[in-house]
Amino acid sequence: MSKRLPKKDVVIIGLGWTGSIMANELTDEGLEVMAIERGPWRDAPTDFPPTYMQDELRYRVRHELFLRPDQLTFTFRNKLDQTALPIRSWGAFMPPNGVGGGGVHWNAETWRFLPSDFVLKTHLTQRYGASFLPDDMTIQDWGITYDELEPFYDRFEYLCGTSGTAGNLRGQIMEGGNPFEGPRSRPYPTPAQAQPFSHTLFGKAARELGYKPFPQPSGNLSQAYTNPLGLKMGPCTYCGFCEWFGCSNYSKASPQTTILPYLVRKPNFSARDNSEVIRINVDKSGTRATGVTFVDSSGEEWEQPADLVILSAFALFNVQLLLHSKIGRAYDPVANTGTVGRNYTHQTISSVNGFFDPKKYNFNPFIASGSIGMCIDEFNGDNFDHGPHGFVGGGYVGQVQTGARPIESTLVPPGTPKWGAAWKTAAKQYYLSTVKPGTGVHGSFYAYRDVYLDLDPVYKDRFGRPLMRITMDLKENEIKQNKYLTDKFAEIIKAMGAETLGIQYRTAPYDITTYQTTHVNGGAVMGSDPNTSVINRYLQSWDVSNLFVLGASAFPQNAGYNPTGTVAALAFWAADAIRNKYLKSPGRLVDA
Amino acid sequence: MRKRYRGSFAAAALLLVGTTASFAGDSDPQEFTQIERGRYLAVLSDCASCHTVPGSNQPFAGGRAIETPFGNIVAPNITPDPETGIGSWSDEQFDAAVRKGVARNGSHLYPAMPYNAYTKMSRDDVLAIRAYLNTLVPVRNAVEANTLPFPFDIRAAMRVWNALYFNEGDYQPNPNQSAEWNRGAFLVDGPGHCGACHTPKTALGGDKTSQYLEGAYLQGWSAPDITNDSRLGLGAWSKEDLVAYLKSGHNRVTAATGPMGEVVTLSAAFTTDPDLNAIATYLKSLPGKTAAPAALAANDPAMTAGAAIYRDQCSACHGLDGKGIAELFPSVADSSMVKSGDPTTSIRIVLRGARSVGTTAQPTAPGMPAYGKQLDDDEVAAVLTYMRNTWGGAAAAVTSGQVSDVRRDTALRPD
Amino acid sequence: MKTNNMKNNNGPLRICRRELLAGAAYLAVTTSSSRATVIFDHLPWTPNAGNPPTAAAPGPWLFFTGDEGRAVEALADRIIPPDSETPGGKDSGSAVFLDRQLAGPYGRQDGLYIRPPFMKGARNQGRQSEKGPAQEYRENLAALDKACKAQLGGKAFYELSDADKDHVLEGLESGAFKLDGVDGKAFFEQIIKDVQMGFFADPIYGGNRDMVAWKMIGYPGARYNYLDWVGRHNEKFPLPPVSMAGRAEWTSRTQR
Repeated sequence: MSKRLPKKDVVIIGLGWTGSIMANELTDEGLEVMAIERGPWRDAPTDFPPTYMQDELRYRVRHELFLRPDQLTFTFRNKLDQTALPIRSWGAFMPPNGVGGGGVHWNAETWRFLPSDFVLKTHLTQRYGASFLPDDMTIQDWGITYDELEPFYDRFEYLCGTSGTAGNLRGQIMEGGNPFEGPRSRPYPTPAQAQPFSHTLFGKAARELGYKPFPQPSGNLSQAYTNPLGLKMGPCTYCGFCEWFGCSNYSKASPQTTILPYLVRKPNFSARDNSEVIRINVDKSGTRATGVTFVDSSGEEWEQPADLVILSAFALFNVQLLLHSKIGRAYDPVANTGTVGRNYTHQTISSVNGFFDPKKYNFNPFIASGSIGMCIDEFNGDNFDHGPHGFVGGGYVGQVQTGARPIESTLVPPGTPKWGAAWKTAAKQYYLSTVKPGTGVHGSFYAYRDVYLDLDPVYKDRFGRPLMRITMDLKENEIKQNKYLTDKFAEIIKAMGAETLGIQYRTAPYDITTYQTTHVNGGAVMGSDPNTSVINRYLQSWDVSNLFVLGASAFPQNAGYNPTGTVAALAFWAADAIRNKYLKSPGRLVDA
Repeated sequence: MRKRYRGSFAAAALLLVGTTASFAGDSDPQEFTQIERGRYLAVLSDCASCHTVPGSNQPFAGGRAIETPFGNIVAPNITPDPETGIGSWSDEQFDAAVRKGVARNGSHLYPAMPYNAYTKMSRDDVLAIRAYLNTLVPVRNAVEANTLPFPFDIRAAMRVWNALYFNEGDYQPNPNQSAEWNRGAFLVDGPGHCGACHTPKTALGGDKTSQYLEGAYLQGWSAPDITNDSRLGLGAWSKEDLVAYLKSGHNRVTAATGPMGEVVTLSAAFTTDPDLNAIATYLKSLPGKTAAPAALAANDPAMTAGAAIYRDQCSACHGLDGKGIAELFPSVADSSMVKSGDPTTSIRIVLRGARSVGTTAQPTAPGMPAYGKQLDDDEVAAVLTYMRNTWGGAAAAVTSGQVSDVRRDTALRPD
Repeated sequence: MKTNNMKNNNGPLRICRRELLAGAAYLAVTTSSSRATVIFDHLPWTPNAGNPPTAAAPGPWLFFTGDEGRAVEALADRIIPPDSETPGGKDSGSAVFLDRQLAGPYGRQDGLYIRPPFMKGARNQGRQSEKGPAQEYRENLAALDKACKAQLGGKAFYELSDADKDHVLEGLESGAFKLDGVDGKAFFEQIIKDVQMGFFADPIYGGNRDMVAWKMIGYPGARYNYLDWVGRHNEKFPLPPVSMAGRAEWTSRTQR
């Protein structure tokens, strides 16, 4: 039996980026807001100090900042006729945990999606015809346009102090920026970061091949910055311990550096950490949420009633909570009914490593930030004619190497033995002259009928609830896309002067054991049609009008960019709709 | 967001608070301007910091333990509760407590209650404070007043102390100085009682007046020199720097933490700009005394070790040039605290970390991590010695014995 | 008696606006180890916070038996042979590293999902064994010595000549050298990974003694500030490596 707490106006499930953005917006409306976070409170001076943050073993190999699978995990299979088995140890993606969520350990790569990405189905059908798209591809339009979202991209970038070079300023193409980006209303708040040697060399090679390289937009700041909330950040010192790690010196944009110190001072905000929400409660009609039930670290159950529920627990946990709370109709891929769990996607990642003459090149590869790099966007989205190639989608490619922590970065050229004297000699020779981009090819991942999420019939979590089951495979479209992009990328690495290349393509089957970014999306997608979406264009649940679902679960399919910029922009957009429309007249904002 | 009404009060307060008792009769204690004047004086006097347990929702209800060299003294309940608070005290009894150090039953108060500073306020000032306290919610909270060990529990001994150290009397303006300077002197020596922490004490706990505001050790911290000494005091700070520090807890050089952080968040942040400027004018008029020693040579073993530690452990925030980032990471190069004669505060910040204050003007509240688990006493001493003698600075080396002392002393502290 | 002055939120009237500071007699928000707390009014803070790693102290094996320790040291010295410039896997401490890891949460597979049922799946569905690394190493090392004794004249792995040890490793890698009851290839992949991991991890964990591996490759270690170096292209970074435990230059004493 849950113990009931005093009612709040708003309860927020998960205090990561979107939860923090929404909490700050709604407390400005004078609402009493309670945020409930499964993981612990974390902050730079107490949890990621520069005394021991630079620990590759602890934070990259043993991933100490992340969720423990025993706390919550998923099962996985490629195809419907397989039995899904538990993900007992993380591999393909790594879910966040704790206040700040993924915003603590991300690389801070801060991209916008292309205008065409938001109207993908319409755009591709118009350009290539419906039959060009695979039969089982279930891409759709988002119900929102880039132009509508642009002011909110801007808000997030200025919140973070994002460092970059504008490529399209109100329609004018700017030298040095991304010529393919959607128009932005203002320049970036701080200039692009300085690029280390190999990243600069990539830009030079790309330019000589006729591309238009530009610096990756970075939430690791190039200089000291004061954001619109009055919070101060310092300049990034290129430590090379970015993704997987918290930032020690207030130079990576995170909820901790850009929102929380301002937010906690408000008397109408409070948060509980180490408390896991296990259910969103709805009334008898099933159309109104009454609050949430959560379990604290002592195992006690509590009920937090609220008038407005914000589900911002990270894409996968959002979908799982909807399924466990029986909100909306679960997706059935065979019958093609239901929407919760439908259109689940990831990111199509590969890379090309380059081995350079150690007598000529010293890249000091350990000097880097999480969002450093020179990229080209010629092969993203629909920026090129796909007609001759037989696939749709694309991504950026770039030398985006974030450091060279030695456990994972002592590569040897292909053909070198993996052990012994020859290995040791090669490791010593090539460490300083290897280019290891990491997620150098960062491609889109479109949606398919039989790639989806539902509840597992066998395996249970520590509360006895079914684990969520991931059914996912790589399709021909993404494999072709990736081959094309990877080969283009390899050309540039070669043009940089590499003697030997180590080319890695992304191939089927989808492998749950190899890391491919944590850009998992969909399952509670946004759209204009309640038959193919879980939330409307304001991220409001079609079924429960006082529930909003924030995060990449809203993406109908993934584009060829890191998702956080779009995730945060959508959170600001939804907050704007709640403040200016919903609070004035609670109820459905969009007719079904 | 809630609006702040400080602006309109500021003007009123300035008009009212500066007057001495030159008019006949006492003000009506329920009169709005009297209560507001008392509220502001209570802010200046920082009554809340001793008389409220931090984080409690019972303001001024007492119960907070104040650490003194003689033991802990628990601050009483000054809400208007008739039995456990001061509700049934007369105005004379209240005035006697605040300005003369005499309790209601005639016994002496310990100068943890800084009556030797509050004596500078006028009777009207104190009655205004009373009027304000009378408006508080009465809280029933009986506080045990006698907590000092023998022989300090003999209050009668305070008679001797008072004879030595208590100079009773209102603040007397210096006619050779400006009104602003006099206001600043009144605030610093009266309600602000800055000397309670910043003036070193004799063995009996009285002020060493010859070292007025030159810094002192208390409660495991070293409060710095706040005269205008160019090396150890405020000499390198402009008036604006000092006003910014008091008002927001941060300025281009450093940030407030520890007990001073509490002064900022409870008192200084709510002090009017003219009053902050007056304090700055006064403090910067106090001449410095120290002569700079010669800086340690860069090839001294402690300096080379300290340079290596600084590069590896400190420079990512405080910069290779020691300048930090304004209002985020203090400038150790410019910091007079770093060069203090008593390095206790620098040592404990390195060992235990520190959280700087968050205020409305400066909400970031950046924190310094704790290095005590990874740096041993020699290493802490070396890196502090390096910082004290680099970038144009000079100060005596910090010894590893000093570091061990602070490590031991702070081990059981909660802050 | 209470007036409306109490309602507005100026300064000291609103006590909860205070920070947690000197002499505080309360802890409304605790930090560090387990708690479910309410975060309200100010950022949580305690002094002396932080959780640095515990250094692997030299000494007897915490996990390995004598035989296992000998086998792992021998494996380490073939996977990373010593040469004139850089010690091998044994002297640099890779076996110590692995011993301490297996004795701790990694060996116990703390935090992993180890609920049943355990079913065999496809390789890309990930490990489905309930055995953790510690148990697997026990079995694998036992199987290795057993196979060596059976096939190579009664000698345990560590007793073989270097050439024979290399042949065994090559055989494990190719699958030609079979181990009884365990997957020799999987064992090979794991031991390579762990020995090299110990070699390149921070010395605080027991391997990479004196940062020999980092010196070998030119990695400057646990640094945080390269602001003055990001623009210096194709130049050798001059500073020696530093571990989380420091470097020789940190001490003003002659002996560290």
